[in-house]
Formats: sequence, C-alpha cells, structure tokens
Amino acid sequence: MLNFESLRALKTEAKKRLDARLADVPAVYLDETGTYKLRGPYFEKQTRIVLKNCEIIDPENIEEYIALDGYKALADLLEKNVPRREIVDEMIRSGLRGRGGAGFPTGRKWAEALKHDADHKYVICNADEGDPGAYMDRSVLENDPHSVLEGMTIAGLGIGADQGYIYVRAEYPNAVKRLNIAIAAAHKAGLLGERILGTDFSFDIELRLGAGAFVCGEGTALMESIEGRRGMPRNKVYRTAERGLFEKPTIINNVETLANVHHIYLNGADWFAGIGTPKSTGTKVFSVVGKVKDAGLVEVPMGTPLTKIIYDISGGIKNDLAIKAVQTGGPSGGCIPADLIPTTNVDFESLAAIGSIMGSGGLVVMDETDCMVDISRFFMDFTVEESCGKCTPCRIGNKRVLEMLERFIAGNGEPRDLPRLQELCEMIRDTSLCGLGQAAPNPVLSTLKYFRDEYMSHVRDKRCPAGVCKSLMTYVVREKCVGCGLCKINCPVKCITGERKTMHHIDPNACIRCGVCAAKCPVHAIELA
Amino acid sequence: MIVPADQTKYDELAAFIQTVDASEKSLIAVLHRTQTIFGYIPQDAQLMIAKALHLPTAKVYGVVTFYSYFTEVPRGKYQISVCLGTACYVKGAQDVLKAFQDELGISAGETTKDLLFSISQSRCLGDCANAPVVMINDELYAQVHSDEVPAIIKKIRETEEYA
Ligand SMILES: Cc1cc2nc3c(=O)[nH]c(=O)nc-3n(C[C@H](O)[C@H](O)[C@H](O)COP(=O)(O)O)c2cc1C
Repeated sequence: MLNFESLRALKTEAKKRLDARLADVPAVYLDETGTYKLRGPYFEKQTRIVLKNCEIIDPENIEEYIALDGYKALADLLEKNVPRREIVDEMIRSGLRGRGGAGFPTGRKWAEALKHDADHKYVICNADEGDPGAYMDRSVLENDPHSVLEGMTIAGLGIGADQGYIYVRAEYPNAVKRLNIAIAAAHKAGLLGERILGTDFSFDIELRLGAGAFVCGEGTALMESIEGRRGMPRNKVYRTAERGLFEKPTIINNVETLANVHHIYLNGADWFAGIGTPKSTGTKVFSVVGKVKDAGLVEVPMGTPLTKIIYDISGGIKNDLAIKAVQTGGPSGGCIPADLIPTTNVDFESLAAIGSIMGSGGLVVMDETDCMVDISRFFMDFTVEESCGKCTPCRIGNKRVLEMLERFIAGNGEPRDLPRLQELCEMIRDTSLCGLGQAAPNPVLSTLKYFRDEYMSHVRDKRCPAGVCKSLMTYVVREKCVGCGLCKINCPVKCITGERKTMHHIDPNACIRCGVCAAKCPVHAIELA
Repeated sequence: MIVPADQTKYDELAAFIQTVDASEKSLIAVLHRTQTIFGYIPQDAQLMIAKALHLPTAKVYGVVTFYSYFTEVPRGKYQISVCLGTACYVKGAQDVLKAFQDELGISAGETTKDLLFSISQSRCLGDCANAPVVMINDELYAQVHSDEVPAIIKKIRETEEYA
C-alpha cells in the first residue's frame, strides 16, 4: 500500500526502468522537454494529450503509468487537502467540455453534484462508445486505462462520491480485460478502494458490461441498464446530478473527458484553457476513417482546420478521387459538403453552425463513389434498429423516414416527397424524448440541405449519380463482349439476346439486376451503369 | 426440460448466482454469465434466474430480448460478426456480409445446422482504420474483401477436421 512518500519513490524507480526499456524502442523518442513521443510526421503534427501515453507505456503495468506522472495529480490534491469546492472550481476554469457528444461543461456538471448532499454519490464513466466510425474511447481504455481511473477518482474526490462505475461495451473484450487488470493493480497499490494513499478518502470502481444497445450510451438509459432494466431513457424530471443512479446524485462523463482530468490538475486550468479556442478548450481526438490514405486516430487542438486533419495529417483522399463530404457525429450528426470543408474548423461552435455536430469525434471521409441518399438510409436503418421504442416520434417517425428513403432508392420516389420528408424529420427532431430521437433526423436534414440535387436525381430522374443504388442502374454489355453466350445461358429471366460471336444485349426492362451475367462474363464486358 | 447433459451448466450458473446480490441490479451480470456458460440464454435458465433474483419471469425475458448481445438461440462454435459501421459500410461491408451468407447458406442472425457457424452483424467493432473488419470469435480480420470469404471459411473447416 502506497503513501505519498513511497509513491514518489516508486515514481523515481519506475522512471529509470521505463527509460531503460524505451531506449531500445525505435518508434519512441524523447523530445526537448523530456516527453516521450511517437516518431514520424503523422504523430508529430498532432497535439497528443489524451493519447500521450498510448502505444508508449505498457497498459498492463501500473508502474509505467506512474513513471510518467500518473496518479501524481490525485496524490497532490490529497496531500494538499484541497477543498472540494476548489477542485471543482479548477475544473470550471479549465473550460473542459464533455467529449461524449453534447459538449456540456464538465465543471458545471461537477458543481451541481457537489451541491446535493447524500449518503452516496456516484461517478459513472460512459464507455459505451456506440457511434459507428468512432473508436477513440476504445483506444484510451486499452492503451491508458489508469488515466480513466485517475480521472474518475479525482471526480469522486471533487464531488464527494464513494463509488464509480465504468459502463463498457461487451464488444470491447480487450478493453474489459485491461480495465480489470488496471483496477486490480490500483487496488493493490492503495490508489483505489479504502483509504486511498493512507488518507481517509475512499473510492472504488466497478465495471458494468453493456449488452449491445446503442441507446444505453444516453445517460439515463445507461443508469437504467446498470440498475438491471431495459435501457430506456428516463423522463427528465430530475437532473442526474440530483437524482441519478439508484436515485443518488450522479455525474456521468465520457472516457475521453475523464482522460483529460489528471492533465488539467497536473498542469493547471490555465494551461488547458490556453489550448484550443476560447469556447472549446483543449484538444479533441478524431477517428479519421473512410476514404483517407492514412486512417487512424488524430488528436489536435479544438478549432483546427478540417483541411489540416484530412490532407496534412491523414494524407488526403485514397486513390486520388474527389472528396464529396465528411460525415461527423455518426447517426446523430451531419455531412459537411466538399465546398464547406476548406472553411470549416473543428470545434463545437463551428460544427453546429453548419448543421453538423462534433459528436464523439468520428470523421468519416466520403468520396464521389458514395451516395448521400444511401448514406442517409444507412443511418436511418441504424436508428430504427436502435430506437428503444419508448416514445412515438422516434419509434414510428423514424421508421416512416426510413421507408421513404427506401422508396427513393428503389426508384419509387416523387419530387413532392422531399418537403414531406423534411417536415417529418423536423417533427421527430422537435418532439422525441431523448437525444437519440432528437438527433436521428440530422443525417437526413443535413444531406437534404447540402445534397438536394442528389435527392432530386433519385426521385425525379430515377438516377443515382454516384452509382450506388442498384435499382436505379442497369447492366449493359460493353464492346469487349466476345459473344460467348455464357451470360445468356445463366440469365435467370432470359432477358439477354445475341448470336454467338456477336455482341449481346440486355433488355433493361426485363432485367432484375441480379448481377449473375456480370459475374459469369469471362472478359468483364458487363457493367452497371 | 433440463437435459441431464446440461445439468453441470445449470449448477455452474446456480453457483454464480450465489455470489451476487439477489436483486434486479445483478440481472445483467447474471445474464452475461449465462450466455458465457451456455452460449445462449435458454428459457429454463431465465426461469431459474427470475426465481433466484426475486423478479417476474416476464421482466427477465424483457431484458433478454431488449439487448441485442443476448440471444435465445444457440450460436455456432465460430461466431462471425461482420461490422456494418459507417467506415466499413463505405468500404463495401455489405458485400462481405453477403459473401458469408452465400458461402454458408444462412442469413445474419442464424446458425448453420451443424452448429459450426453463425453470422451476426455488428454496429461497430471499433477498428475503423482497418475497415472493413470481421470478427470471428475473438479474432479480428482486417480489410476483408468479399473474394477472401470462401478461403476464410475453408480454413476454419480444415482446422475443424483435423481437430
Ligand atoms: C443515443 C445516445 C447515445 C450516446 N452514446 C454515448 C456514448 O457512447 N458515449 C458517451 O460518452 N456519451 C454518449 N452519449 C452522451 C451521453 O448522454 C452523455 O452526454 C455523456 O456521456 C456525458 O459525458 P460528457 O459530458 O463527458 O461528454 C450518448 C447520447 C445519446 C442521446
């Protein structure tokens, strides 16, 4: 069991051992300030705070975390006996805003929970990372689990909580394993559990496994789930900070939010507030995926130009195709069209101003071969599957939206459907119970705004300009045809004509677009167009 | 009916339930354990859990059916999970899913008759930089192309034959 003295001694020893180990690791170097960093332009162009330890320390060895000032922030607060109010005020001054999607100021949330007295209070870490296309939380949990534990413990110290829960997706078995190892090690070291570092502050953390419901990422649904019920959001009669988990004052913060906490207390709120923009402080981790050359996690100060992230850091578009859009915020977010990309910076305000959101930080880059109507359908399909069914606008409204989009894709839409689609989306947005329903129409609304032409092509001309929607395409035989007749023999509806050794022809009206002919053609002469 | 062959599994479950608080808040942890033990959540297990945690059976059933991770049908020895997250979707994950379905002759959510394979679709496996990805049990396959699917299945079948 460590105390303040022995923690410092351990740090010195552990640092020596880490220095010795990393001396032989070519991917890591020591910069002029004495900080370990990952080598290469991809990393050097980033500002890595949350990801600082990732792929540098051994996440299963608590000593390596301690070697790089881990648990120092917590120990300092405890040793100096800093009052709760001051801990919370420091968080308010840092300007940190939640990284889980909504961007709510973390300090204000903590202050609210501090205000309410109770025999128990809870700190929940939201590790349900469900936005498709985003995986920064998994990376932090797997590569630097102690930073999350320390952040939660400091939060507990600040608001006077005695118990923490990490609600983690069952789909992340590796993260679960690393967290279990980290919790056990912190316990053994006296950094978690009864009388932390020999003081009279006690705080414990337990894991709770999710079970594959996206809506459980919503704070109150998550609490329902921890309490053993179906994860359906609550009617918000009380604030969570007043009555949350088991009816007690509770704060819920995202993984990345919590991974920032110890850095703020180590380096001071002013240091943190100096990074990023005045209203969006600090850095944000983005998962830049889709059609970029170097897909991966990119951490940059808030307010960084989108072009820097996509072109400078991630190498631009794969196969040098034209960029069409960047999707941010997953199924709750929107699509930023190519012409707005050069003028867009990534911070909460800038993204909201153009009808998208930061969300959890997924940036999915799309090129000219992606169809925006199909992408809208993709997200709606997601929402319809994941809607919990408690409120009508989300349960039924989104289903109707999905059906409309499916009609467009099948070639059965009409131009007059577009205003109806818009109206329905706005109604769902304004009347749903929780964030899932309220944000669900965003992908449709933003594409209707920026890619209306593409919708028009589908409903008026029955054409899919990107060449994705199969029903709006026909198979055609190209000049390459050698007249072998294989397509004709295999066609299930016998809509192919042509004499042997002459070019064949497909009757587009009879064709069912099964694609058998294209698959059988030995010279690849049959294409969708 | 509890078949005798399953009796040890029920004993294991009962022993686990002994270690938790007999109330609603243990339900999801108990269901996770049940699925680990049986590979799925049999109805008899639900009856047993309801009794032990003092809950109506309907409540247990309601929770089982709400969460997509829980299943009431046995899964295959090899659980193929095809990621259909956004990054995978824009990189052709639907073709990969179709290839698995065609190769095995089952749809997503089903299990082959020999109980060797089952297919499910995942919302996001969280490895978007390697899209499209597929997870078979705990093994991750990165940047899968639909053409590779028959070879993947063949390889598993071969290891099974020599096992
Ligand atoms: C449908 C839905 C899903 C959500 N999923 C997540 C999630 O996976 N992870 C997360 O941290 N927040 C998620 N949130 C946001 C949480 O409700 C909550 O705002 C957040 O956990 C608060 O933490 P923060 O202030 O640190 O961001 C989701 C919200 C909604 C409405």
